[in-house]
Amino acid sequence: MLHIKDLHAGVEDKDILRGINLDVKPGEIHAIMGPNGSGKSTLASVIAGKEEFEISKGDLMLDGNDITELDPEERAHNGIFLSFQYPVEIPGVSVTNFIKTAINETRKAKGLEDMPASQMLKLIKEKADLLDIDRKFLSRSLNEGFSGGEKKRNEIFQMAMLEPKLAILDETDSGLDIDALKIVANGVNKLKSKDKAVIVITHYQRLLDYIVPDFVHVLMKGKIVKSGTKELAYELEAKGYDWIKEEVNA
Amino acid sequence: MPKKLAMSLKDKLLSSYIAFEDYLEDDSPIHDLRNDAIKIFEDQGFPTRKEEAWKYTSLNSLVKQDYSIFPKQDSAIEFKNVKRYFLHDIDTYKIVFLDGVYSSFLSETTHDKMDICLLSAALNKGKYEPVVEAYFNKIAPKDSLTSLNTAFAKEGAYIHIPNHKEVEKPIEIIYFATGNEAAVMMQPRNLIVVGENAHVQIIERHQSLSDNAVFTNSVTEIFAEKRAVVDYYKIQNDTASASLIDNTYISQERDSNCKVHTFSFGGNLIRNNLNYYQKGEHCDSTLKGITILENKQHVDHNTLVHHIAPNCESHQDYKGIFADASTGVFNGKIIVEREAQKTNAFQQNNNILIDDKATINAKPQLEIFADDVKCSHGCTIGQLDEDALFYMRSRGIAKKEARALLMYAFANNVLESVKIPELKIRINKLIANKIGVNLGFDL
Repeated sequence: MLHIKDLHAGVEDKDILRGINLDVKPGEIHAIMGPNGSGKSTLASVIAGKEEFEISKGDLMLDGNDITELDPEERAHNGIFLSFQYPVEIPGVSVTNFIKTAINETRKAKGLEDMPASQMLKLIKEKADLLDIDRKFLSRSLNEGFSGGEKKRNEIFQMAMLEPKLAILDETDSGLDIDALKIVANGVNKLKSKDKAVIVITHYQRLLDYIVPDFVHVLMKGKIVKSGTKELAYELEAKGYDWIKEEVNA
Repeated sequence: MPKKLAMSLKDKLLSSYIAFEDYLEDDSPIHDLRNDAIKIFEDQGFPTRKEEAWKYTSLNSLVKQDYSIFPKQDSAIEFKNVKRYFLHDIDTYKIVFLDGVYSSFLSETTHDKMDICLLSAALNKGKYEPVVEAYFNKIAPKDSLTSLNTAFAKEGAYIHIPNHKEVEKPIEIIYFATGNEAAVMMQPRNLIVVGENAHVQIIERHQSLSDNAVFTNSVTEIFAEKRAVVDYYKIQNDTASASLIDNTYISQERDSNCKVHTFSFGGNLIRNNLNYYQKGEHCDSTLKGITILENKQHVDHNTLVHHIAPNCESHQDYKGIFADASTGVFNGKIIVEREAQKTNAFQQNNNILIDDKATINAKPQLEIFADDVKCSHGCTIGQLDEDALFYMRSRGIAKKEARALLMYAFANNVLESVKIPELKIRINKLIANKIGVNLGFDL
């Protein structure tokens, strides 16, 4: 599904990603871990199409098609979803109106009519219940004054509504207490299917107890330096990153 | 012999005034006021950019044109052709003028326990004389443009709401320029007196129906007596050849509440001189505006809130979005007199510049002579938030719609205080139309 080969990207003359190789197949869950500043969020932003980052070299393909020239919205229409580490506050636009607009814009791009209002309401209710979201929450301005946990839950709510092919969760676990973490993980697991994939970016192994990855990758200085199974996450939790640094340097 | 220079607009107005005076009856209660006013205009002329208050707005291009000062009186238009300019989905009182002349056909006035009618009637009929004498030209200052209007004051809306009367439906005041003249200058004059504990909602609009030049110099005096509640909306969405100088003066007595919302979406040049005078304690004044401009449009908001009495509040919130080579001015002055202790004055002015050639000149001015007051002002000028744009686009919302949604969101809180739901929907549609998208929902 997602094929990344020798990807170099950065801002202006500074490379942040220095040769990423990653293959994600349908049905898989990949975890990307790594110390601060290793390029995890940059990788997520580059896949989602943030214009601030320039790709200097390498391949970025979705379902066999080069997506490097696609706008962020086109990537979304092709099934890529990014759950933001820091969701942006948009005062004046309610959660409901925002998600309605997002869904109908995606449908429009696919040549479909707007979703009928009754169907939309039903879907919103269903997904809100799944994530234990209060109905009042939906009429509030998007992310404005939301707690950290509410913001992340709202990201997963949007993901559930949009049903992306490839979801990238950028530190969705940060700022969540254990109950919220379980709810969010449950939401992600409900989305999981044989034709969908998830990339989980996290600092901590904790989230991976609930969203069990098929593969764990360690990102350092813009490169994936080690890949393994979920056991690697436990090892990182116990031993930190220094041993990998030594391995890489050796 | 050299060709004679065309007469300047000032000279034309001065000579027209002589003819105008001849035509009017001498016993008009405002005869002397008019004569005094024309002298002030004769002395001062049109304001120029040398004056601080007009530094960013030039009337040069306007005063160069040759306008018809007294349009022909045979204009007529069908309601169906102008229906869209009215708040037609609800019942309203209507005071409608065609090229400055009252249209009884398009209007719906009343004298039933209140007067919602014409200034010409008020000026000519004896029974209105006490009100005219008590209020007419009592708060309008003696500056040149207001004086020019006073000199030619003949027609406009006259609204007198007696004490304790809640007007059950909004009043629409609409000035149409029909295009029967190649260029027309109009000087409407509105007098609005809202009695003690009376409530009224008013919508004012100036609308040209052609591409011919229109220059309107309007004066509105509003008197809010004790505990009166006045809700005033100005819709400025005129054609690219129509210019407006709106001079509005509001006098508030104790415990009164006056709100003016100004929606500036179109026109060639607009200057809003909006002035509040708080004369009693516990007055509440609200001034809000949404300005969305494109091309070479120019809108200048020049506000004054004069806190004269203690324990009063004022709230100003103006949002501006400027595209292309449009220009905006916000000049907000707050004066707190020494006696006006415990004043709470708040001013906010936020602007977004969409294009490199767009300009905004923002100038808050606070003159505070009292020592126990809360005054705050904030002014921002920026671009659309790139992170917010990326966030929305990553959810599948196309760039154009994402920008529109952000602009909507930016302007939104100004609409929250609009009390007439149908008007709110209408303004939402005007904004959507102005931004060029339909988002499928109202904010």
